[in-house]
Amino acid sequence: MASVQTEAKPIVDESKALGWLRQMMLIRRFEERAEMLYQKGNKIGGFFHQYSGQEPVAVGSIGVLREDDWVITAYRDHGHALALGMTARAGMAELLGKVTGCSRGKGGSMHFFDAEKGMMGGHAIVGSHIPLAAGFAFASKYRGEDRVALCYLGDGAINQGSVHEALNMAALWKLPVIYIVENNLYAMGTSLVRSSSHQDLTIRCATPYGIPGHRINGNDVELMAKTTLEAVDHARAGEGPSFIEAMTYRYKGHSISDPGKYRMRDELDSYIKKDPIVVYETLLKQRGWIDDDAIEAMHEEVKAEIEEAIEFAEKSENPPLEAVYEDITVAPFISQE
Amino acid sequence: MSAFSYREALNQAMTEEMDRDDRVFLMGEEVAEYDGAYKVSQGMLKRFGPRRVIDTPISEEGFAGIGIGAAMVGLRPIIEFMTFSFSLVAIDQIVNNAANVRYMSGGQFAVPIVFRGSSGMAGCLGATHSHRLEAWYAQIPGLTVVMPATPADAKGLLKTAIRSDDPVIFIEHEVLYHEKGDIPDGDHTVPFGKAEVRRPGKDVSLITYSRSLKPTLAAAEELAAQGVDAEVIDLRSIRPLDLDTLIQSVVKTHRAVIVEEDWPYCGLGAGISDRITREVFDELDAPILRVASADAPIPYNKQLEASMLPSVPRILAAVNDVVYR
Repeated sequence: MASVQTEAKPIVDESKALGWLRQMMLIRRFEERAEMLYQKGNKIGGFFHQYSGQEPVAVGSIGVLREDDWVITAYRDHGHALALGMTARAGMAELLGKVTGCSRGKGGSMHFFDAEKGMMGGHAIVGSHIPLAAGFAFASKYRGEDRVALCYLGDGAINQGSVHEALNMAALWKLPVIYIVENNLYAMGTSLVRSSSHQDLTIRCATPYGIPGHRINGNDVELMAKTTLEAVDHARAGEGPSFIEAMTYRYKGHSISDPGKYRMRDELDSYIKKDPIVVYETLLKQRGWIDDDAIEAMHEEVKAEIEEAIEFAEKSENPPLEAVYEDITVAPFISQE
Repeated sequence: MSAFSYREALNQAMTEEMDRDDRVFLMGEEVAEYDGAYKVSQGMLKRFGPRRVIDTPISEEGFAGIGIGAAMVGLRPIIEFMTFSFSLVAIDQIVNNAANVRYMSGGQFAVPIVFRGSSGMAGCLGATHSHRLEAWYAQIPGLTVVMPATPADAKGLLKTAIRSDDPVIFIEHEVLYHEKGDIPDGDHTVPFGKAEVRRPGKDVSLITYSRSLKPTLAAAEELAAQGVDAEVIDLRSIRPLDLDTLIQSVVKTHRAVIVEEDWPYCGLGAGISDRITREVFDELDAPILRVASADAPIPYNKQLEASMLPSVPRILAAVNDVVYR
């Protein structure tokens, strides 16, 4: 039986907790089905990086944001987008490159955007999006607002100079930005042990800048929420940035083309045994907020939602060929061909 | 109409736009307390305070990205690079983010930002401080690239750049900062994509921009004395290019020389020559020639450096070739 330990006291009520459980299920199912479309139907192009195993990090932290806050992430972005409330339809259509996709078929798996939801993009140059988050926070402070920016990055990204430039300026100017490193122990195929001089990333990213650093179990959705809320309150109070190291694990390889031979089967099995979705189901059952039948019903509902999204995506149109020249600039674009 | 320096013109443009619009702010190394490495932002900290005139650490990638992020959520940053050579440290932000975000998001975000600063050979600064990178930036769809040659254009183009909803690469020239010229009074703006005929002529089209305008006009005067009537066109906008004005000129003169300070291989002139040739090949009485810098890094030594720049003798030699003298 999966562990039912959770380090945080419940900070949610029943309906919120069930919502988070459902979101985690939705993300998991979205990616499982997308992988099938990628492998069998040849319907999804490019790179495809799965988030499976890391769902509580996005769901718990986004779960405590306000609607007017901003979220930005790297290329493993499906989970954050869905946690923000992007529809499975818009996500699936984007994977299929359709005009109904969240980036109108111009972004693909690694570049999910949704301005309305405050989804400021998946960004596929490692480290490149980290100053942008500080820029959103800069704008918030400049205008005297109390909106915050949440920025996810992988453990590989912390070796980029951009991280340290942004952290320095964010700390110096007390910008309301929260950096969450999703430490899944691998940067593509390079383990943290082989790439980081310190294994505790708060020593590299929080301590030197004098900002709060939290090293936590990222697979505990409520602990994720509690810790993020603390950082959000700190930021809204004008106290500046925080750095959260969320310890997690990805079930799949770096991308679909990666069988993940650089890690031992035992390691993967040990994480699958304490799958965060199953752990949370068990916890909520113990609290009496859900039972097996209701869990099963929720799974079926999520399955149906994803199938409907796939159908929508498949029926959607490709962007017209003229779209190649659309949305390059706000001013009328003059091609220099 | 009053005379001001190119440096003062830039300062006026920023000051007037910041007076007009609270979303506009200036950020960069030494822009505030030092009053600008080249004094372009002189007095602005005093006028606008540290909220809007912001000194940064030496972190080009970081502050370029902070500007882009701020622009994505509605501010209108002016990011100063002390020199465009240093923009190479930030080029990931400029190319991968500023130029791409609008497209990759399917038009959901605009990036109204200006990256400005000095560029070009300014006297014995060696290879790292003399880069002319206009061809690099001009190649990227999504970026607008402008290079004023006069104080009036410096002011007018910068005001247009600040009001633009798209990312603009605004490249100044270090040796032009002290040049004086008349600037129209009032809210003087210059549109993008419009070249200026600085000297009409009928025998050869001399196409240039930025600092090279001066030797090109001087060469045109010498040519006039020798009986060759040269038309001098100042591009002002590098991207978008005013191809119509270039074509009209070449249709009239049937000959063209492009004078550019950047490197020759894959330089700006290569692209311009290609476009004119494809449009009006039949009108050309000679191949389009280019006077560019030597295909070498920039040397420290004064004589070596001077030998690389487009100069009056080099321009005259190229014109003599195209008019078959």
